[in-house]
Amino acid sequence: MALAGLLWCIALLLATSVAAAVSARRGWARALVYGASLGTSSIALAIASAALIASPTLAGEIQLPVGLPWLGAHFRLDALAAFFLVVVNLGSATASLYGLGYGRHEEAPERVLPFYPAFLAGMNLVVLADDAFTFLFTWEFMSLASCALVMAHHRERGNVAAGYLYMLMASLGTLALLLAFGVLAGPAGGYAFASIRAATPSAFVAGGVLALALIGAGSKAGLVPLHVWLPLAHPAAPSHVSALMSGVMTKVAVYGFVRIVFDLLGSPEWWWGALVPLIGGITAVMGVLYALMEHDLKRLLAYHTVENIGIIFIGLGLALAFRANDMPAAAALALTAALLHVFNHSVFKSLLFFGAGAVLSATGTRDMEKLGGLIHRMPFTALAFLIGSVAISALPPFNGFVSEWLTFQAILLSPALPQWLLKFLVPAVGALLALSAALAAACFVKAFGVTFLGRPRTEAARMAAETDRASLAAMFVLAALCLLAGILPGYFIDALAPVTEALTRASLPRQHELDWLTIVPIAESRSSYNGLLLFSFIALAAGLAAEVIHRWASDAIRRAPPWDCGFPDASPITQYTAGSFSQPIRRVFGSVVFRAREEVDMPAPGDTRAARLHVRLQDVLWDALYAPTAKLVAFVAERLNAVQFLTIRGYLTLVFGALVVLLMVLAIWQ
Amino acid sequence: MAIALDFLVQIGQMLVVLALAPLLTGYVRKLKAHLLRRQGPPLVQPYRDLLRLLRKEVVLAHSASWVFRVAPYLVFATTWVAAALVPTFATGLLFSYAADMIAIVALLGSARFMLALAGLDVGTSFGGIGSSREMMIASLAEPAMLMVVFTVSLLAGSTQLSSIAASMQGPDVGVRVSLALALVGLVMVAIAENARIPIDNPATHLELTMVHEAMILEYSGRHLALIEAASYVKLLLYMSVIACVFFPWGVAISGQGFTAYLIGLAVYTVKLVAGGFLLAVFETAIAKMRVFRVPDFLGAALMLGFLAALLLFVTRAG
Repeated sequence: MALAGLLWCIALLLATSVAAAVSARRGWARALVYGASLGTSSIALAIASAALIASPTLAGEIQLPVGLPWLGAHFRLDALAAFFLVVVNLGSATASLYGLGYGRHEEAPERVLPFYPAFLAGMNLVVLADDAFTFLFTWEFMSLASCALVMAHHRERGNVAAGYLYMLMASLGTLALLLAFGVLAGPAGGYAFASIRAATPSAFVAGGVLALALIGAGSKAGLVPLHVWLPLAHPAAPSHVSALMSGVMTKVAVYGFVRIVFDLLGSPEWWWGALVPLIGGITAVMGVLYALMEHDLKRLLAYHTVENIGIIFIGLGLALAFRANDMPAAAALALTAALLHVFNHSVFKSLLFFGAGAVLSATGTRDMEKLGGLIHRMPFTALAFLIGSVAISALPPFNGFVSEWLTFQAILLSPALPQWLLKFLVPAVGALLALSAALAAACFVKAFGVTFLGRPRTEAARMAAETDRASLAAMFVLAALCLLAGILPGYFIDALAPVTEALTRASLPRQHELDWLTIVPIAESRSSYNGLLLFSFIALAAGLAAEVIHRWASDAIRRAPPWDCGFPDASPITQYTAGSFSQPIRRVFGSVVFRAREEVDMPAPGDTRAARLHVRLQDVLWDALYAPTAKLVAFVAERLNAVQFLTIRGYLTLVFGALVVLLMVLAIWQ
Repeated sequence: MAIALDFLVQIGQMLVVLALAPLLTGYVRKLKAHLLRRQGPPLVQPYRDLLRLLRKEVVLAHSASWVFRVAPYLVFATTWVAAALVPTFATGLLFSYAADMIAIVALLGSARFMLALAGLDVGTSFGGIGSSREMMIASLAEPAMLMVVFTVSLLAGSTQLSSIAASMQGPDVGVRVSLALALVGLVMVAIAENARIPIDNPATHLELTMVHEAMILEYSGRHLALIEAASYVKLLLYMSVIACVFFPWGVAISGQGFTAYLIGLAVYTVKLVAGGFLLAVFETAIAKMRVFRVPDFLGAALMLGFLAALLLFVTRAG
């Protein structure tokens, strides 16, 4: 049975974790951990794929006698869980393959190896959990395991602070989820998902649960303004773990949101469909703007995760709006778009983090201003990173475009929604989505161009060497998937049909049987897209042009110094940097969003000091939300400090007072 | 039979856009020169330029990588494919279902992405300045374009250009405020995307204000020829989109017979002549703006497109 097989895989991962804790310092521990993780994840991936494609036959439930004594631990495999297990285990398998090579650079393997399989097991367990207790327990287990991995290099500057912030935000998220499940379970305490599903909460309670789910799952996924920990914590971990956290763990958070809101909560209210896309749209634009201002390669990628989570939530929110208005076909389209973006983002974000890890291990730096020209020294990494960059920028014929195209198609269906607020809001969300897509392209021209193109800016970049074969293999598997999902999207959309069928009672028409593998979400007269044809056309036209020109015109090449308008400068510091590349966009958007200030420090005539340009960016959200909270907490802690130094009489009085107050509350409550 | 005809129309369309594009650019240049009381180069000068460049050797910077060498072919191919999917003289292109209007905008985005990377590849300051500004302009122009696409496809109930052209000829569209706003927005986007005055000057060199020309400064020989050809095709593409969406009269509908195609071709030529004339007059009458005024211009285009879409969202039957 599929579910039992998956649970055995998870048990195997946990056993690997224990074995690694014992033997982490041995030379073979790395091969053991990543090899075992690769094997189990691949098996789990195969089982989950089979369960998704043959979904009703392979679904199942299991109850294990662990956890709360009167509840046990429920596990259930359905179409939604199977889809997210595919995402989780695809990411896990490639990250393990990458780790086989990349883990060689690890200085403190005993801080990484034991937690890595535990982290993988935690993510799998969350998706399989079928009662509130198991869900929260495994959710917290996943958070703690990843937190340990974030702290693996705790001596590097900033990592401890990042881990601390992550811990705080994860606790906040778990608290919100705990309350959400508490409200859902009601006073009777029916914590199994089956009994939650059977109950129908009042509109007020359901709205509260939605808000709590947005906080709980949103803080883990990185919704603005709960995203602050993400760009600090994700890059702090070793790169394959960064890839898992950014590419996969945020998707587990999306799973939590979908499970609670679409599955457990029953029918949605229409205003949910206004709130969720609006948050998604703001998240998307803010995420990409933050990314544009960033010069640290891994942090840039982490901010892009924030953007893509925004895009996913736009799709989810539209699905809620359509479902609330009883438009199942449109809801299925929006949900398919969101879920396809979940898959696509997990693929290209893992790929990009692997590339960033290869750059980091080859040069020792993540700062883009110290890189450049790596395409000459690391050609394969550069090619894989380029494919990932084009895919994440939502450009055809790669996969990122397909899911954004579907989201646009869903937006174009929304004038039929009856509520006025939605009529005003949805086009605005569409504009935000279009803006974020265009800005993402600018950001990845910067990320790829400054890191891999041009001339090396430092000695470290000049002496970089290509990364190992295992890492390259992991990257090219994902790059191939980016292209495959871009040119044959019909198969991937069809695989999602059982999920949308279960959650919206509708699914898109079968796609892969259509002529020429075109995708047609609604009707052929309305919209269609064919990535395969576009790809072959572009390849054909480019090949034809190259062939004709080389044969009939000229194929002579002469190498020479760059022209640069007649003033070539030999020094690589005259190149455009990441900061100068994003300067025009900083001028356009930054003055509002970041209160960006530029000051030129020009020395007086005769002074030989270099002129300097100072750029100051303020994180408005941090200043408005987090700094005051931290200040308040510090203030209260300072005041309460006195309580720690009371006499015994003082403490007794305090206890007595507390008792009296509690009794009074009880008396009033009754 | 119908498929064979559609296939012929498709091939004809691909050849027409490729053959006419340099002529359109030459015509605009000639007109601009006349408006400035100059003689101007002959109409066929762009063809001669292309042929001359194609025969010359490529001078490649030492620091150039394969991205620099592959980019011109990809840029040309992507732009050509995009242009081949816009109905010019006839709808019913065989492959028009492969990409709708959103995909065509995104295809142009792919071309721009590659070209901007090529600008950064050699590692010179001019290439960087061009790429950086091009992406800034695109980051506003692309959403503006998508808003126009939203407007038009809401009216037509489709994002397919063939269906849009057919439905815009129909009786139930009429004159609408949204369409007027969208037209203005689209024209502004087209000016920006094609690096025309007042955003960018296609004739400038050695100026800190140049955008597109700075990005391709390192290109020579056949690479430069391909990039120039791509930019000619892009100008033609935008004029075709405007003509197809807002002035679709005369476009031959699939299956109307041979004369309809001939009429379609003639009408299309007239539209291009008119469009080129308006472009030349506009460019001569207006001064180039500072690069940091460009966001205001494109922000206005974005707002026009957004307003047009919003009006439709609100007035559509609920």
